[in-house]
Amino acid sequence: MDVFANLLGGLAVVFKLVPIDIAPGAYSFVVMLPANVLLCLIGALIGTLIGVLPGVGPIATIAMLLPITYKLDPTGALIMLAGIYYGAQYGGSTTAILVNIPGEATSVVTTLDGHQMAKQGRGGAALAIAAIGSFFAGCVATIVIAVLGVPLTALALKFGPADYFSLMVMGLIFAVALARGSVLKALAMVCLGLLLGTIGSDLESGEQRLTFGLLELADGLEFATLAMGVIGFAEIMRNLENPETRDVVQAKVTGLMPTKKDLKDASWPILRGTFIGSILGILPGNGAVLGPFASYTIEKKIAKDPSRFGRGAIEGVAGPEAANNAGAQTSFIPMLTLGIPPNAVMAIMVGAMTIHGIVPGPQIMTKQPDLFWGMIASMWVGNLMLLIINLPLIGLWVKLLKVPYRMLFPAILLFCCIGIYSVNNQPFDVLITGVFGLFGYFLLKNGFEPAPMLIAFVLGRLMEEKLRQAMLISRGSLWVFVERPLSAGFLVVAVVLLVFALLPAMQKKRDEVFTE
Amino acid sequence: MTILSKRSLLALGFSLAATSAFAQGFPAKPITMIVPFAAGGPTDIIARIVGDHMSKTLGQQIVIENVAGAGGTTGITRAMSATPDGYTIAMGHLGTLSAAPALFPDLRYKPLDGIQHIGVAGGTPILIVANKNFPPKDLSEFVTYLKANATKVNEAHAGVGAVSWTTCTLLKAHLGLPDINSVPYRGTGPALNDLVGGQVDFMCDQIPSVIGQVKGGNIKAYAIASAARSPALPDVPTTTEAGLPGYQIEAWNGIVAPNGIPADVVAKLADALDKALDDAGTKKRLEDLGAVIPSKVDRSPAGFKALIKRDFDKLNPALMAAKK
Repeated sequence: MDVFANLLGGLAVVFKLVPIDIAPGAYSFVVMLPANVLLCLIGALIGTLIGVLPGVGPIATIAMLLPITYKLDPTGALIMLAGIYYGAQYGGSTTAILVNIPGEATSVVTTLDGHQMAKQGRGGAALAIAAIGSFFAGCVATIVIAVLGVPLTALALKFGPADYFSLMVMGLIFAVALARGSVLKALAMVCLGLLLGTIGSDLESGEQRLTFGLLELADGLEFATLAMGVIGFAEIMRNLENPETRDVVQAKVTGLMPTKKDLKDASWPILRGTFIGSILGILPGNGAVLGPFASYTIEKKIAKDPSRFGRGAIEGVAGPEAANNAGAQTSFIPMLTLGIPPNAVMAIMVGAMTIHGIVPGPQIMTKQPDLFWGMIASMWVGNLMLLIINLPLIGLWVKLLKVPYRMLFPAILLFCCIGIYSVNNQPFDVLITGVFGLFGYFLLKNGFEPAPMLIAFVLGRLMEEKLRQAMLISRGSLWVFVERPLSAGFLVVAVVLLVFALLPAMQKKRDEVFTE
Repeated sequence: MTILSKRSLLALGFSLAATSAFAQGFPAKPITMIVPFAAGGPTDIIARIVGDHMSKTLGQQIVIENVAGAGGTTGITRAMSATPDGYTIAMGHLGTLSAAPALFPDLRYKPLDGIQHIGVAGGTPILIVANKNFPPKDLSEFVTYLKANATKVNEAHAGVGAVSWTTCTLLKAHLGLPDINSVPYRGTGPALNDLVGGQVDFMCDQIPSVIGQVKGGNIKAYAIASAARSPALPDVPTTTEAGLPGYQIEAWNGIVAPNGIPADVVAKLADALDKALDDAGTKKRLEDLGAVIPSKVDRSPAGFKALIKRDFDKLNPALMAAKK
């Protein structure tokens, strides 16, 4: 019951009335305002906005807004910054569904079925399910943080480089399952993704690999440039090529809200997605990116009719969106309980704490209980706000689709370019995205799926890093991957999945269903 | 109309000439300070704390722009190729200014003579830390243990060129054990995670990055590689006290600008930095992190240049040996 009392204490912090001078100066006028709730709302609103803008991510936004928080008290500041982060997870699905532009690794999966639903006039239902799934996952993940935060941290610390590598191998097998077309083409795309992931400085020696002497490539390609190029820009080119299809999409927008059947179909995927996302979110080194991919694969594998996937299956939106938001939420665990950031966004949150004079570390929970529990409670409040903000917005977003495409696409392109630039403040990134746009168009025309390449790109970098760390620690012995029980377990699952995918009978059925 | 516009153009021309030659109104617009790392790291935090107070003195906002990449050299390169008018400055550090020449043979800026030094913003002492279950109890045991188990222990660092790598490479060179297994990570966070989890044994890093874990008891600190103990961690002995007097290295952050900016602009920026470091509030914020406030002489442009030279001489042989 300790947790319950602490959560109530946290809610009290969130709803605490603070005297605020609303007209500073000679005629000061002090009113009592629930400052933290307002900050949470502001964070959620900003997050939704930047989530919708393709490419503009929470990292750039939080970095830009940090100076504004100097005047706030640390709890309020962190509540707002956290709101921006999970708010962006809600907003990110909007552009993925409506215009097929994934701004982040986690929304790549949402483009697969979400955009297909939009094309069938069910964009409203897809957006609503994404919001509802995210809300449910957010609530559950908040409880996970409160109740299991500490024991889960201990578990995550047991996770060594070898275990991580094997998990990623399993993830790569998922990548093949994502594709609709031929397995051979999917494998080719996976290999290309792995290759693109090797661009940049070598981890161990610092030598430049495949950078052609360009300093801008020294840290490798940025995920946003690759994804927005091969999926987003390529989609725009395809739409410009045949404007008729676009008009058809606009004409047949049906109901805005999901039907009873939609909700029923989505409920189990949301539950499973929440579970998968919550677990992967705790892993260090951005394990959360695996969540949506894993959820999608599982939904497709257990579906009665897997052929619906990639053609507008609501399960393919519900599960991954839930996994995405659950992961975003539980990735706060290592930051809150250990003071160690698992990804770049959490690194800024840790930096924000430091700027506010709080030393991040395991002592936060005991020394700053107001901050710790206030933040956790605010996440629940923030998720509720996001649901209330996002459901009415759906009508507006769907209306946006009715804007003539010749006016819509320059705006989309412009926002994409701003977004890409904001990632690293590098004009070079915008150029690269253009190049990948052309490449993506080529892929589209020749029936190659970009999704397996993108997941291989993300996993490839992590895999190489973890493989080399594991091999360095084991002094070159490959046994380390079998000796560690966690690692061995993942490898067994990977092998089983692979055999399953390659069974001749399965293979035949797959080809019949998928190849047109 | 034509006369008027000609006249106003002329006036504009004059005012432009005036600003560039004498920089009288400096600063007339916000100043961009490039931080060559992602937001949230030690350099970023120091830049934001110092920049906050400098903005008050200068009467114009200092806007932090994070341009990460290639161990920080991307951001510094960008800043050093900007117009030398004082509106683009950068927060450099030990790595980008003293270590980089050894690591990047085709570095596009010259840290000693090719750039304008403004001043040192703060020193960040280096701690030698280890997993809490690592057998050695103090620094002398640690040294003995390393010598006896040189092929078994694992050192973690945040990537080639990072402060953790640079300072630990120096430590290993100093101990005559350059071949101790070194495990690279992408950033301090993941390295620290595996250090706390016991996947790796020890690392060297700046106080602000590790102080929380040391205070929380997740890792132990053997020594601080500075001349004096840190008030933020008073129980941790200096390397001299603990029996390794030859190993002294401190990371630092300092403001640099492109060569050729007007002398009075340099003076104004240096003065704003000086005032920030004298301000009690700013000082406390820095000291709480474990940072050291440089003396008046050390923080001046000339003192900064001397510091870059001193640490270049100290690091270069060990880094060159490690690179080959």
